[in-house]
Amino acid sequence: MDGGIGTAVVKTTCPYCGTGCGVDVRVATDGNVEVQGDASHPTNAGRLCVKGSALGDTVGPQGRLLYPAMKSDLTACSPRARGEGGLEMAQAPDPNPLPAVAGRASEMRRVGWDTALDRIAEKFRQVVRDHGPDAVAWYVSGQLLTEDYYVANKLAKGFIGTANVDTNSRLCMSSAVAGHKRAFGEDIVPVSYDDLEAADLVVLVGSNTAWCHPILFQRLVRAKEARPEMKLVVIDPRRTATTEMADLHLPLRPGTDVWLFNGLLSFLHQHGMVDTDFVERHTTGLATAMAIADNTAGDVRSVATQCKVQESALTEFYRLWARTEKVVTAFSMGVNQSSAGTDKVNAIINCHLLSGRIGKPGAGPFSITGQPNAMGGREVGGLSNMLAAHMDLHNAAHRELVQGFWRSPVIADKPGLKAVDLFESIEAGKVKAVWIMATNPVVSLPNADQVKRALAKCELVVVSDVMANTDTTAFADVLLPAQGWGEKSGTVTNSERCISRLRSFLPPLGEARPDWWALAQVGQRLGYPEQFAWTGAHEVFDEHCRLTAHGNADEAGTRDSGLGTREAVPVVPRYLNLSGLAGLARVEYDALLPVRWPVLVKPGNPAPESRVPGPESRVFSDGRFYTPDRKARFLPVRPRMPVHPTGDDYPLVLNTGRVRDHWHTMTRTGLSPKLAAHIPEPFVDLHPGDALLCGVREHELARVTSKWGSCVARVRFSGEMQRRNVFVPIHWNGQFASDGRVGKLVNPAVDPVSGEPEFKHTPVRVEPFRVTWHGFALGRSGLPLDAAVWWTRVTGAGFTRYEMAGRRVENGWQALARKMLGAESPSADWLEYEDVTAGQYRAALVVDDRIEACLFVSPRPDLPSRAWLSGLFARQKLEDVDRMALLVGEPFERGADTGATVCSCFGVGRKTIEQAVRGGCHTPQSLGAELKCGTNCGSCVPELKTIIAQALAPA
Amino acid sequence: MGVSEPRRKRLVVIGNGMAGIRTVEELLGLDAQRFEITVFSAEPHGNYNRILLSPVLAGEKRFDDIVTHPREWYASNGITLHAGDPVVAIDRKRRVVHARSGLDVPYDRLLLATGSKPFVIPVPGHQLPGVIAFRDIHDVESMLEAARNHRHAVVIGGGLLGLEAANGLARRGMTVTVVHVMDSLMERQLDKPAAGLLKTALESRGIRFLLEANTAEILGSDRVTGLRFKDGGVIDADLVVMAVGIRPNFELAKAAGLHCERALVVDDTLQSLSDPRIYAVGECVQHRKSTYGLVAPLYEQAQVCAAHLAGLGHRRYPGSVTSTKLKVTGIDLFSAGDFIGDAETQDLVFRDPRRGVYKRLVLKGPRLVGVVLYGDVKDGPWYFELMQKRTSILPFRSRLLFGQAYCEPSEQAA
Repeated sequence: MDGGIGTAVVKTTCPYCGTGCGVDVRVATDGNVEVQGDASHPTNAGRLCVKGSALGDTVGPQGRLLYPAMKSDLTACSPRARGEGGLEMAQAPDPNPLPAVAGRASEMRRVGWDTALDRIAEKFRQVVRDHGPDAVAWYVSGQLLTEDYYVANKLAKGFIGTANVDTNSRLCMSSAVAGHKRAFGEDIVPVSYDDLEAADLVVLVGSNTAWCHPILFQRLVRAKEARPEMKLVVIDPRRTATTEMADLHLPLRPGTDVWLFNGLLSFLHQHGMVDTDFVERHTTGLATAMAIADNTAGDVRSVATQCKVQESALTEFYRLWARTEKVVTAFSMGVNQSSAGTDKVNAIINCHLLSGRIGKPGAGPFSITGQPNAMGGREVGGLSNMLAAHMDLHNAAHRELVQGFWRSPVIADKPGLKAVDLFESIEAGKVKAVWIMATNPVVSLPNADQVKRALAKCELVVVSDVMANTDTTAFADVLLPAQGWGEKSGTVTNSERCISRLRSFLPPLGEARPDWWALAQVGQRLGYPEQFAWTGAHEVFDEHCRLTAHGNADEAGTRDSGLGTREAVPVVPRYLNLSGLAGLARVEYDALLPVRWPVLVKPGNPAPESRVPGPESRVFSDGRFYTPDRKARFLPVRPRMPVHPTGDDYPLVLNTGRVRDHWHTMTRTGLSPKLAAHIPEPFVDLHPGDALLCGVREHELARVTSKWGSCVARVRFSGEMQRRNVFVPIHWNGQFASDGRVGKLVNPAVDPVSGEPEFKHTPVRVEPFRVTWHGFALGRSGLPLDAAVWWTRVTGAGFTRYEMAGRRVENGWQALARKMLGAESPSADWLEYEDVTAGQYRAALVVDDRIEACLFVSPRPDLPSRAWLSGLFARQKLEDVDRMALLVGEPFERGADTGATVCSCFGVGRKTIEQAVRGGCHTPQSLGAELKCGTNCGSCVPELKTIIAQALAPA
Repeated sequence: MGVSEPRRKRLVVIGNGMAGIRTVEELLGLDAQRFEITVFSAEPHGNYNRILLSPVLAGEKRFDDIVTHPREWYASNGITLHAGDPVVAIDRKRRVVHARSGLDVPYDRLLLATGSKPFVIPVPGHQLPGVIAFRDIHDVESMLEAARNHRHAVVIGGGLLGLEAANGLARRGMTVTVVHVMDSLMERQLDKPAAGLLKTALESRGIRFLLEANTAEILGSDRVTGLRFKDGGVIDADLVVMAVGIRPNFELAKAAGLHCERALVVDDTLQSLSDPRIYAVGECVQHRKSTYGLVAPLYEQAQVCAAHLAGLGHRRYPGSVTSTKLKVTGIDLFSAGDFIGDAETQDLVFRDPRRGVYKRLVLKGPRLVGVVLYGDVKDGPWYFELMQKRTSILPFRSRLLFGQAYCEPSEQAA
C-alpha cells in the first residue's frame, strides 16, 4: 500500500474516463473511503464529477473475485460448453447478491496462484507448439495500468511471438491512433487541456463531453464564462447535455462527418485560409486531398444536403472556423467508432494542417480518449498493430531495436488480430487460448453474442478481473483475481499525455495480485526468468521508460539518452520519450507528480538541453513531424456512408453511448446507489414520430433488433433524437438487466485502417415488447425474479431495486408476492393492496418495524416514484404515517417526495428542483444557491436548464 | 289580515324518538308557527339519543349526557308532551288519536314515528326474568343491575347491537359470551376478513364467541340460569340479552287501516299511501321496499317530511345509502353500501394485519357502491359521500383506497 488507514491523504488518479483527474483519498478508521478532488492536480484542480465522487462506493468487497479458480478438468483441454452454474468465489459478505444468471461456470474451484499460473503457462506452451504463436491472444483493456500493459505486450510480442494483443481501446480511440499515425507519423495528441481553454473556438465532434468527460467540460464552460467571446460548436446527431451549452449545434446525419470536414477543407481553400508557408514546408499530399475534398464536398449546399444540416448553420460554422485562428477541434467516439473513423480523424486533421492551426497554443485536433489509460496502453504498444514504445511491427529497424532491448527469442513481425477479428478467429478455432484482462467483451464488443459463442469454443479462456461474476467470467477456464482501484499501483496517461500515478490505499482483497505480476509469472514459467524478473511496478515502469528512450534520437544525430544498452542500436526518432523518468527509485516513483510527456530530464532536475514540456517545446511547433521525411501528411479522404445501410427490415439507425453516471459495463458504477439513481434502467431513446410508426409508447418496453441480435429497453422520449435515429446506452449487462446488452445488436463492421467497430451506426428496428404487467420491487436482500420476463437490477443504499415486467401470473399475486419477498410465514408483518380487476397489486414486508421489501405491480408503467420508498430503507423505524403511505408509494406530506435524482452529487431530485423554480429560482446559479444542485461537478447543469425551461413554459 | 287569527293547524306526533323529534325540529326551523304540536311518548322521558345507549352501558357516558331534548325544550317550543302515555288508536275519520290515559287529541296532520321493537326469539324460556332486549334506557338499567349482581352474560346476536351490548357488559365486569347463528359477526355490515379482525379484537377484550350456534332453550325457573343449544351444548347465563334484530312497530298504523307491508308504507314525501294527512318517519316506515334501522336515514326522512309538513312540498326522499359504525371504544369499523358485491363489481383491498387494518372498497363501473373499513375509518365519511353523490372515482381509482388526502387534486401544476 502507498498509504495507511486513517492516516494521511493518498493522492491517486480516477479510474474512469480519459480526463484523468487527481483524487485525494482518505481511508477513515471505520474503513469508509473518503474521496475528494486533488486540488494540486493540473487536470481537475480539486474538482470531481459524480462518478469520481462516488468512487468510495465501489471499493467494497461485494461481488469481488478473491481467489484464483480453475475448471477442475482443465488438463483435458477440450472445447466444452461453458456458462452454467454458480461461482463460489466471493466469500465476503455480499449485500447485493446477484439474481440468478444463466451462465456461470459450475465446475470452477479455488486453486492457488501457482497452480493457475502453471496451467496457463503449460497450455500456452502446448498451443504454441501445436498451433503456432498466433493461436494465443490477449484481449486487454484501457483500464489496465501502463505497467500491466507493458508486460502483456512484451510477453506476447517478444516471447510468445504474436502480436495478438488487442484491447478494448480498439473500441474507443484506435481510429484516432491510426489517424495520428497517418498524418503525423506517430500517435501524438498535439493539444492539451490548457489549449482547450485558450481556444477562441472549440468544436466538439461526436462527443457528449458534458456527460462523458464532465470535468473537462466544466473547464471549458468556465473558460467560456470567463471569455464569452469564446465559441462552442457541437457536431452531434443527438441533442445532448453538451449541445445545451453550445453556441451552435450541427445535428448532422450520422456517418457524414467526412463530408462535413472535407467541405470545411474546401471552404478554407476557396476562401484563402491557407497557411501556405506551413503547408509547403511541413506537409505533403495537399493536392490529392484537396482534389477529393473539392470533388466530394466543394459546395456548401450539397454538403448541407448530404449531412442533413441547415445550409445557413453549416456556413456559419465554416465561417467561424475560417476566421478563428485559435481553434481546437476535439473529437471522441462519434468520430472514432465508425467504419470511416480513421478518415474522419484525418478529415479533421487536414483542416488544421491546411490552416496551420497545429503546434500553436489554443489550436489543433484533439482526440479525447475514453478510458483512464487508453493513452498509456498506446505508449507501450498495447494494440495488435503496434510494436512497443510508439514503434511499428512492420519496420525491421524498430523490431530489431525492441527485440534487442527485450533480449527476446522472437519478435512479432506482422500485425495481430484486432478485437472483432480476434473473437471471430477464436470462434473459427484459429485462436485456441485467450487471456482477457479487465474488460467485459461479452457485453462491450459488437455482435456480442458471437463473443459468447467464441469463448464457449475456446480451449483456454483466462480472465483476470476484480469481479467474480461478469458476463465474461462466466466463460472462464481460469479466473485470476485482479486488484481493484485503491489496491493496485502504477501509472496511467490521460487524454493530454499527462502521466499520473495510481496509488494504492487499501490492502488487496483476498489473493488479488497485480496484473503485471501474473503476466510476468507466466513469462518466467515459459523460461524467461530474467526478462520477467521485476519486483515492483516501478521496475516495470523504468523498463518502459528506458525503451522509449532506447534508440530515440533525431536525425541530427543527438545520441540517445544513454540509458539502456551500450551497443549500437538503430536510430528511431520518436516524440514519446520518457528518458527523464527512467531509473526512478521506488520512492521517487511513488512520489511522481503528474507530468506530460515527453519527459527528457528528471522532473525537478531540468538540464539546459532538455525538451521540457511547455510552450517552447510544444509538439509540432517546429513543424517537424515523425514521418520519415518529418513532414505531416494530408490524407485524401473519400467520404463513404456506414457499411450497413438502413432498409425496410431495419429502418432506424442505432447509436450507442454512455449515460452520465455510469461507466462501461457497470461492474463498478453499478455498485453505487448514488450513481444508479440518475438513469436506473436501460432505455431506447427515439423520436416520438418514429415511436408512433413502430407502435411503441413512452415508458413501455420495446425490443430493439438488428441483424445481429436484440435487446429490450424502456422507451424514452428525451427530445434529443432526430427522426430515424435511436440511442441505447452501452452499460447494462447480464448482471444488471435481463436483456440489456446492446452489444449484441451492434454490427461488426469495422474501420479498414483502425479496425474500430461501427458502434454508432447499426440498422435496427424497434417493436413493442408486450407484457401484461409492469412492476418494481425493493428489497434489503436479493429477490428471485422468476415471475418476470424482463428485469433490471439497480443498486440502492441498503437495498436492491428491481424493475420488472412480465406476462402471466398464475393464481394471482398474493402467494407469488409472499414468495418473492420472502414473506411466506403467515405471521409476517405483511401489508397488501389489491385491485384485481385493474391489475394493481402492492405489498410490503416489514420486519422489526423496518421495511424489508416491497413490490408494486400494475398493467401499465404508471407505478409510483421509487424515490421516497427508497429513502424508507434508511429509517430505523417506520412511523404509522409511513406505514400508511407505504403502499401508496409516496409520503403523506406533500413535497416530501423529491422525485428522480437530477444532481447526483448532492442528491437533489427533480420535484425539489421544480418546486424551487416555481419558487423563483430561474437560473442554474440561483438553484445552486438554494439547493446546491449543480455546484459540484456541474454535469447536471444542462438538465437544470431544461427543467427551468419546462417549468416556466406556459402549460 | 282579519280580525281573528285563523286557527293554527294541529300536528300530532306519535313517538318521541329520534326520528319524530328530529322531524319536529326540522319543522320548527322551517315554520315554527304553522302547527300546534302534541307529542305522545311511550317512555316517560324527554327524547334521548338511543344510539348512545351503548356508551352508557359501557360506562363511558351517563344517561343525562345522552338526553337531547329535556322536558323544558318541549315547553319552550310550545309543544305539548304526553310522556309515558302511548297512543292506542287512531280515528282517521274524526282525525283524533286516543291515548291510553283516555286523552283524545284531534289532528290536522299526524306524524307516526313509532320506531321498532326488538325481536325476541320465541324459544322456551324467553320470558324468564333476566332475559332482556337492548332497546331503551330501561334495558340498559336492567343490564347494569345484572352486572352488579351477576356474573355470566350471554348475548344472543352477533350484530351491531349485540356486540355493543357484549362490550358494555364486559366493561362492567361480566363474563360475556356472544352467541351468533351465522359463521361470522355483523354479516350484514362486514365481510369475512373484517369480521375476523373484529372477532379477534373483541376476544382480546375477554369476550367469548359461539358462532353457528342455534339457541334451543333458555334455562331457568325463577331467573335465567343458562342456555341450551340445538346441538345439546349448555352454557351458564345469569343474563341473556337478545339482540337478534328489530321489527318495525306499525301495529297502530295497521289497526288504523293504513296500507302496511313489512312496515307502514310511505311514498317519497313520507306520506302514507292510504291517507295523505298521515306522515311517517323512522324505523316504522317502509319506503321503496326498504326499512332502516340506522340513524342517518331517519334524519334524511325527517328533513323531507318536515318540508312537506311545512307546506314547502318540493323535496323528495329517494331512499338512503346506509353506513355503520360500531360504537365500541378502540374498535374502528365502518361499513356502508353493498360490501359483498357481485359479478359486476370490482374490489379494492388493503390489508395490514399487524396494525389491524383492513379496507375493502366495492366498485361498480365508475362508482363506489360499498365500503368496509376496519382499523382505520377516518375516510369512511368521505367514501360515504362519494357513494351518495355517485361521484366517478375513475380519476383517482388507484389512490382511492389510500384515502381522501391522496386523492385531492394535486397542487396546481406550473
